[in-house]
Amino acid sequence: MAERSGQRGSAAVAAALAIFLVLFVGVTLYIFVMKIWWYPPAINDFGREIDAQFARTFVITGISFIGAQLGLAWVVWRYRANGGRAKYVEGNNTLEAVWTTATVVLFVGLGIMGRTAWAQLHFESAPPSAMVIEVTGKQFNWIFRYPGKDGVFGRTEAKYVDETNPVGIDPKDPAGQDDVVTLTLGVPVGREIKLLEKSQDVTHGFFVRELRLKQDALPGMIIPVHFHVDPGKEGDYEIACTQLCGSGHQRMRATLKVMTEPDFEKWLANEKAD
Amino acid sequence: MAAHAAAGHTHAPPQGFLWKYIFSKDHKVIGIQYYLLAVVAVFTGMALSVLMRIHLVWPMLKMPIFGEMTPEQYLALMTMHGTIMVFMVLTTAPQSGFGNYFLPIQIGAADMAFPTLNMMSFWTTFISFCCLIAAFFVVGGAPISGWTAYSPLSTLGSIAGPGEGLGQTMWVISIAFFCAASLMGAINFITTVIDLRAPGLSMMRLPLTVWAWFITAILSLLAFGVLLAAGILMLLDRTAGTSFFIPGGLVVSGIVEKQHSGGSPLLWQHLFWFFGHPEVYIAIVPGMGVASHTLSLFARKPVFGYRAMVYALSAIGVLGFMVWGHHMFVSGMSPYTAFAFSLMTMAIGVPSAIKTFNWLGTLWGGQIRFTSAMLYAIGFVTLFVSGGLSGLFLAQPSVDLYLHNTYFVPAHFHLVMGVAAIFGMFAATYLWFPKVTGRMLNETLGKLHFWFTLPGTYLIFMPMHFLGLAGAPRRYADATAVQFLPPLQPIQHFITIAAFVTIAAQLLFLVNLVWSLKFGEVAETNPWGATTLEWTIPSPPPFDNFGGHEPAVHRGPYEYGVPGYKDDYLPQNIEPGRLVTEAGD
Repeated sequence: MAERSGQRGSAAVAAALAIFLVLFVGVTLYIFVMKIWWYPPAINDFGREIDAQFARTFVITGISFIGAQLGLAWVVWRYRANGGRAKYVEGNNTLEAVWTTATVVLFVGLGIMGRTAWAQLHFESAPPSAMVIEVTGKQFNWIFRYPGKDGVFGRTEAKYVDETNPVGIDPKDPAGQDDVVTLTLGVPVGREIKLLEKSQDVTHGFFVRELRLKQDALPGMIIPVHFHVDPGKEGDYEIACTQLCGSGHQRMRATLKVMTEPDFEKWLANEKAD
Repeated sequence: MAAHAAAGHTHAPPQGFLWKYIFSKDHKVIGIQYYLLAVVAVFTGMALSVLMRIHLVWPMLKMPIFGEMTPEQYLALMTMHGTIMVFMVLTTAPQSGFGNYFLPIQIGAADMAFPTLNMMSFWTTFISFCCLIAAFFVVGGAPISGWTAYSPLSTLGSIAGPGEGLGQTMWVISIAFFCAASLMGAINFITTVIDLRAPGLSMMRLPLTVWAWFITAILSLLAFGVLLAAGILMLLDRTAGTSFFIPGGLVVSGIVEKQHSGGSPLLWQHLFWFFGHPEVYIAIVPGMGVASHTLSLFARKPVFGYRAMVYALSAIGVLGFMVWGHHMFVSGMSPYTAFAFSLMTMAIGVPSAIKTFNWLGTLWGGQIRFTSAMLYAIGFVTLFVSGGLSGLFLAQPSVDLYLHNTYFVPAHFHLVMGVAAIFGMFAATYLWFPKVTGRMLNETLGKLHFWFTLPGTYLIFMPMHFLGLAGAPRRYADATAVQFLPPLQPIQHFITIAAFVTIAAQLLFLVNLVWSLKFGEVAETNPWGATTLEWTIPSPPPFDNFGGHEPAVHRGPYEYGVPGYKDDYLPQNIEPGRLVTEAGD
């Protein structure tokens, strides 16, 4: 009976459980705080704003995590059975009120603080001077389209889609004559980019880690997002698909090529010539 | 409840094997049937995850049956793993398994309100399970669109790729059957709790397990109805040429898709997640009930803040229906609603936190007995805290922009609604096995099982957070597909090894179940010194539970350690005058 009811050997089990929890908290914190595996540096202020909110969330959840896990370790050790009788306590309304209020303020407050980055992306639209680029997802490619000198995209329709015309530009539409279609997303550094996301078949997800930007492309919708890349951050960044789109989902990727303005012009002219 | 004073069974004890064990209307047999179904399903689901883990780290390995695994085979395993685990394990065992067995007994009833409906509910679930497993064997293979089955991948048929033919159709038929079964169960649970409580058993004297099953049943009633409707619409899109979820103007696999126009892929996401978010509470809430129940019993103390626990459960039930949009921050729905969904989601963290505080309060000042059941209840709390807190990251649209659909998400939900719920079920099994079978489970094996499973769980799922932080997308059949992924491969290897060991350790549990059934120590009526009604009847209980009587209830469910009495527990059914006080009179 003593063993079954867990009274015998309770100090050893209590100690083991408490030590395990302490170790668990220690190792977890160590890996997080040392940033052994972490996100790559952001390449614009929007990304840094998200990182800041991540840091705030990390502090609040981190404190809650340490408090709750170590609290659990402590009560498990301190209140292991010793043959006595438990304290008869049914609850404490003051405590309930305190921790309810505290968590409401903390959690909802945190949510409100996170508003800035989201508002930047979605509540504020891109400035009129932004360069507009269309991105189309299809199994299993990203296709990008630049409107050309006229600044207007040509009309597209499903029936015109073929290998040489992957987004289906209407050959009769003059606005489409100078459109440039590419498989790489080239952008000039520093310039605000407005991306119009579309999909030709199923739902895809556009994700660039360094931009901290992820947006699904849904068929039947045109979804705008906008971003820029800080000067000095020229280079290649990977675009991955993050919405399951079929058996080739994992190989659906492309490159975001960030260039200086002259390099970009050269690159676009080159792409047009191809 | 007084109207049901005649507590005798509404149906006579069945005769013959078929009616006694197969098409039984006895809630206890049905509970065991659901439990066994869940055990079969959970081992199937784990086997699939082993294959997935192997493929992620040794993609070239030739495996039996599969040979060298193709991406669509991996995605089919992933889809089936998720569907089996969420529906056939996390929805069946906690609610329909343990709830069926113990809810009527804990409220002093002879059976559920509708025994025939109860039987139908199980067999409909069984058909659903068979239908789902059959999807592996049809032409084109099992579906690959994930357990969330986003349209149009899931609705366009085989032109969208492998697995999207008959396999996906089987999937949605299986889900429709499952929804119907869950609705039957929900109606039964709700009616039983409202109508069949024993005299004196007011709502505020219900064990928290019963509260949890009751709230879960209400969630099921509201959520599964919507999924059933959505599933039927999806089936129509796939087979009858409708376009609920399919827009026009698509070019799929080089073919202009002319049969569909005007539908909305977002509509499926809304309907699915309107079910999908309450579903995670359907999975975890019964575990919360079991954890509260077990912590109080083995700390020999009343549940700290019983009423607060009930209110928190109810708040989770209500808020659970207002947060589904947090699964859709990157979906293209209105960014203004995203912000509202985010704040509601942060708010649902509050009742979860209240529950955690109260669990710690229950342990505080206790006389903790570390039975296997108690270890798993404590394990539930630590997992719930770890998995719940990472939810605060994903609940914010801004932070979610980075973490959405990375490994951070499976890390979060496996801890909080997957393994935590399973820990609740382990606690329930170690706690109630003696009542169900008349024999105790082996405590040494139980503890060994625990010491593999808790650390193992953390070793599998904590590293997934780091993969997510590094941006590794989930649902990739090739863990090195993108250039930034290969440096993360050591983490994937680590997880695979941890998964092997942890899953192998689950055999200890199976062995314990089988061995104890035959050789376990014989259990008396009340082996743990517990207060609730199931411990007042023989182990195992007779066919009509209370022998034709209806027990009268005189006090709340968690009267442990009440000062002034000789025993440290006061059973709910003992009249006040018959309790032995410390003075000995």
